[in-house]
Amino acid sequence: MLKQVPATESLIGIAEDGVSVKTDGVKWVINPYDEFAVEEALRIKEAHGGSVTIISVGSEKAAEAIRTALAMGADKGILINDPASAGYDGLKTARILAAVLKEAPFDLIIAGQRAVDDDNYQVGPATAEFLDIPHISMVIKQEITDTKIRCHRTIDGGTAILETQLPALITTQRGLNEPRYASLPGIMKAKKKPIDIKNVADIGLDSEHMGEPLTKIVSMKTPPDRKGGIMIQGDSAQAKAAELVRILHEEAKVL
Amino acid sequence: MSKGVLAIAEQVEGVFRKVTYEALSEGRRIADHLGSELTALVLGADVENISKELKPYGPDRIVVADSPALYEFLTDAYTNVIYDFIHQETPDVIILGASTLGKDVSARLSARLNAPLAMDCVAIRFEDNRLIATRYMYGGKILADVELKGTPKILAFRPNALDITNADGAGTLQKIDVDTGTTALQFIDKRLDTDKKEITEADTVVSGGRGMGGPDFSVIEALAELLDGAVGASRSAVDEGWRPSSDQVGQTGKVVSPNLYIACGISGAIQHFAGMSSSKVVVAINKDPEAPIFAKADYGIEGDLFEIVPLVTEEIRKLKG
Repeated sequence: MLKQVPATESLIGIAEDGVSVKTDGVKWVINPYDEFAVEEALRIKEAHGGSVTIISVGSEKAAEAIRTALAMGADKGILINDPASAGYDGLKTARILAAVLKEAPFDLIIAGQRAVDDDNYQVGPATAEFLDIPHISMVIKQEITDTKIRCHRTIDGGTAILETQLPALITTQRGLNEPRYASLPGIMKAKKKPIDIKNVADIGLDSEHMGEPLTKIVSMKTPPDRKGGIMIQGDSAQAKAAELVRILHEEAKVL
Repeated sequence: MSKGVLAIAEQVEGVFRKVTYEALSEGRRIADHLGSELTALVLGADVENISKELKPYGPDRIVVADSPALYEFLTDAYTNVIYDFIHQETPDVIILGASTLGKDVSARLSARLNAPLAMDCVAIRFEDNRLIATRYMYGGKILADVELKGTPKILAFRPNALDITNADGAGTLQKIDVDTGTTALQFIDKRLDTDKKEITEADTVVSGGRGMGGPDFSVIEALAELLDGAVGASRSAVDEGWRPSSDQVGQTGKVVSPNLYIACGISGAIQHFAGMSSSKVVVAINKDPEAPIFAKADYGIEGDLFEIVPLVTEEIRKLKG
């Protein structure tokens, strides 16, 4: 599962409607956590065979991100082209993905733990819930044997090892792998690989029946700037260090 | 009449995590606002005794789901037990910490209940009968107000975002029967870095970046240890292999909100700000006066971190006597 998002180095500005961000001038990339997912899927294919399908919900433009994943080595893509999807919450997106996946045979679904635009951490586990399959989040290592998958996942303050049967869904954590770059031959081949572009009606969902998203952005702002740049002065490193500690203790009261 | 607020407690090996107290404190405030009851739900094995520790944070009831099957956190078993309880009690609001456990369970519950979820939110407020949650998006570059429509409303709070307060509550203990239902996840093993403070819960985080010049983080570790804090790293320090990726603070790493964040030798890529912009006080130490981090810091020192940081550590040691 893949989402196209603004590159993490992008400056993000709020659009005139006040509830979305400006998209002009933004460089669009594959969500970094989804890039780990594509890479891991390719490694599993190389080790165990099978094929890798890329699934995305987004606007027509998201086909570019799918094409990049195909150039990395994935076999085919499915795009649910829904111009309204930018306003969907995680639950509605998961419902669409689950509807597609119900019709597409799979052994394993790999998703990013979160998309770095919404930072929602919801779509992967919610998709697994709608498909009634187990999921393991924030995976840094996996091994597949026959019909089972064993995963090392990060937890707060350490790692845990869990096992479950396939089919299952896992989400990626930094450290899982180092995604490959698309090679020139890969890019050439990707041009001929199929991307199946559908809309929600094609997969048997109608927007009305799905209802309005349950969470809705009502306003956006940029976080308040810090007063910023009070540079600690002093004749020596010693004096500066002493002054910083005094301020943190007496004024900021954090020591 | 409101049907109440449910706070889900999180414990690891018989010790409640800080997010539990945060969720209970905020849960109490919400219950008071709605004029309803606050219930704490504790899941685990042999947790009846420790459950009493929650009383000072104001729950009217402490419900204990005690079973050997709940000793380790497994998303499916925990979700099943919590779901059954919600199904019976039909609370209006469910509150928990957006820890790794909380993220998994809240996402599953939202789908099973078809309920709105404010994931990793940092504040909430009521406007008439609407519940609005504030959460960061785009890696901290945007602060969004999100309205939750439907019931129950699930609030998964970012660790360290809420004040912990004591409150009066009857704290009546009640045990429930546990049925973990159909499960597919099997626990194999785990490793906890017990000597290492969890960075998302620490009150102080001291981070190092490219300016560290190598894997020797001892000056930073000494300062962090003195402050009972945690050590973080920028993406470049992790990419260089100087620190494990679990230490990374940033848009593709962890998001931290400590009281005090000290950035050492970190120039301040947008990527990094995303992970620490909700910190209360930010200090930057860098030898490049043009480093963008200074504009995002409350206080800056221009200088060599290997000289400054040990001096700061020494000054704090003097202060602490």
